[in-house]
Amino acid sequence: MHVVVLVKQVPDIEKVRFDFETGRIDRSSAPAETNPFDLNALEAAVQIKEELGGTVTAISMGPPQAESTLRDAIARGADRAILLTDTRMAGADTLATSYTLACAVKVLGGFDLVICGEKTVDGDTGQVGPEVAEFLGIPHVAYVSEIREVERDRLVVVADMGDKYLVEVRLPALITVTKDVNTPRLPTLRDRLRARKAEIEVWDADVLSKVCDPGRLGFEGSKAIVFRVVVPRREGGGCVFLEGEDAVKRLVDILEERGFLC
Amino acid sequence: MTGVLVFAEWREGRVHPVTYELLGKGRELADKLGVELWSALLGYRVEELAKELIYHGADKVFLYDHSSLRVFDVVRYKENLVRLTKEEKPEVFLFGATPIGRSLAPRVAAALNTGLTADCTDIFVDENGEIVQVRPAFTGNILAYIKTRSRPVMATIRYRVMAPLPKDTSRKGSIVRKEVVEVKDTGIIVLRKVSERKVNLADADVIVAGGRGLRRKEDLAMLKELAELLGGEVGVSRPLADEGWLPREHQVGFSGNTVKPKLYIACGISGSPQHLAGMRDSELIIAINIDPSAPIFRVAHYGIVGDLYEVVPEIIREIKARKLSVRR
Repeated sequence: MHVVVLVKQVPDIEKVRFDFETGRIDRSSAPAETNPFDLNALEAAVQIKEELGGTVTAISMGPPQAESTLRDAIARGADRAILLTDTRMAGADTLATSYTLACAVKVLGGFDLVICGEKTVDGDTGQVGPEVAEFLGIPHVAYVSEIREVERDRLVVVADMGDKYLVEVRLPALITVTKDVNTPRLPTLRDRLRARKAEIEVWDADVLSKVCDPGRLGFEGSKAIVFRVVVPRREGGGCVFLEGEDAVKRLVDILEERGFLC
Repeated sequence: MTGVLVFAEWREGRVHPVTYELLGKGRELADKLGVELWSALLGYRVEELAKELIYHGADKVFLYDHSSLRVFDVVRYKENLVRLTKEEKPEVFLFGATPIGRSLAPRVAAALNTGLTADCTDIFVDENGEIVQVRPAFTGNILAYIKTRSRPVMATIRYRVMAPLPKDTSRKGSIVRKEVVEVKDTGIIVLRKVSERKVNLADADVIVAGGRGLRRKEDLAMLKELAELLGGEVGVSRPLADEGWLPREHQVGFSGNTVKPKLYIACGISGSPQHLAGMRDSELIIAINIDPSAPIFRVAHYGIVGDLYEVVPEIIREIKARKLSVRR
C-alpha cells in the first residue's frame, strides 16, 4: 500500500499578528508548524501502513523553509518526503496549488491512497483535497471522521455529508480527514533525530514538466485573485459589565425584553 | 443571455435553508448583472422541490431527476454540473458552504479550470460591474477581497449570512428537465446513514456554551438546563470536545461549528482566537467568566465577572421564577 499525504506548513494561528494599517500578515511573528489537521492525515496513513504494510510519502508545496514540516512528517512515520519549491509555483490559489500537487502525485506514480487534512488553519478553504482528486481523476470522500475498514483495493469510512454516512470507496482514491479520525501520536526523541538526518527531496517545476502545463502553476495559473486584505478592527470595550447584587436580575431583564423567555 | 446559477442542496425531501439564502443573494446579483437566476436541482423524484426554488426567487430550474442521483455521490453530481455549466455558461455559480457544498464545488471548479472562493460572507457587483467575493481567513482575523479572472465565478457561501426572499407562490418560473449523465461506476458506494446529526448548532437560535471554567463533565447539566429554559442547544469549546465531554457536533469554534445564533451565552470560556472566530457574529453575546481580562469580554455585549457555579444557577432560578409568575 502506497499512501501519499499532502501537508502544509502554516503559522501558529494563535500567535500570528496582523497589521491593521497595511492589512499584512506578519508571518515572522509566529512560529511555523505543520497544519494541525495534517497531523491526523499523517497518523491515518501510518496506521494503514502498520496494518497492511507499504510506504507513506509526504508531499508539501511551499518555500524552502517548509522543509521542517517534512522533517516533522518523517518523525511522525513518513518514509519519504518531497518538497515542491520553485518561484514559478508561488502565489498560487487553491486551483493552482491543487494542480501542482496533483502533478507531483502523478510524477510519483503508483499510489493507492491520498490523504489530506480537512482544511488548513491559514487558508481555511478545504478545497485542495477535492480539487486534487479531480485532477487525478479518482474518487474522493471528504470530512472522514472514522476509517472502519482498510483493504488493498477499498476503504470503508464514515463521512460527514450533512448527516454521517458509511461510504465505501474504491482505491486509488483520496480522503480528507477531520480531527475525529484519530489522535496523532507524538514523535519520540529518536524519531526526531532520525528525521533530522533524513533526506528531503526537493522538486522544482522542471521535475513536473512531463505531466504539467507550466502556465497552470503559481500565480499565473491562479484564477481567484486576492486584491485587497482588510484586518477588521474589533472594537474592544463594547461590553457592558453587569455588576452588583442585581446583576443577574438585570441580565434576565435583557433576555426577557428581547423575547428569549417566551 | 446568461445567468447566476445556484446549486440546490436538499436533504430528507426538503430544500436546505442555505439554498434559499443563496437564491436571495443570487437574485440581487442577477438583477445587478441583468441576467436570469437559475438553480440546478439533482435528485430522484424531486420535482416538487423545483417549485419551491421558483417561489424563492429562481427564474429557471434545471432539473436532473434520476434514481442514480437519489443519494449524494460527489462524482455523479460533479459530472452533471460540469456538463450543465458548459452548456449554459453561467456567469456565477454558488454553493452553500456545507459539507456537501465544500466537497462538490472544488471538484466542479477543478474540472472547469475556474477559480473558487471558499466560505464567502459577502459577494457583490462593484461600481465597475465586477464581481467581488469577501471571505474571512486566518481564523477570521483578516477579510480577503477576491476577484475571479475566469468564468464562471464560483464560490461557496457561508450558511446563515445571506437573507432569503420570502416565499411567494405567485412567482413564475420554468422547470427545464435535463438529460442525466449516467456514470455507471464512480468508485463510491454510499452504504447507509450511520447517524442523524442530532444537534445542528448552525441552526440553533440560542446556544449556551461551556468552556474550561467547568470542573466536571456532569456540570454540563447546569448549562443544559439553562439552554432548555431558553429553547436552545448546548455548545462546548474545543478543550471540552477534545476531552470527549460532548461529541464534536456540539463544538463551537474554528475546528468545530461556526455559529451565528440570536443569543450566545459563554460560560467559563476565556475566548481563544479559534473560539471567537466561530461565534463572534452572534447577535447577542453574554459572557460569564471569573477573569475580567478574558478575551471573550472583547466580543461580548454583556458580561458578568464571576464564578459560573454561582451565576448560572442564579440565572436559572430567576428565569424559572419569572416563568412561574407569568403562568399565575
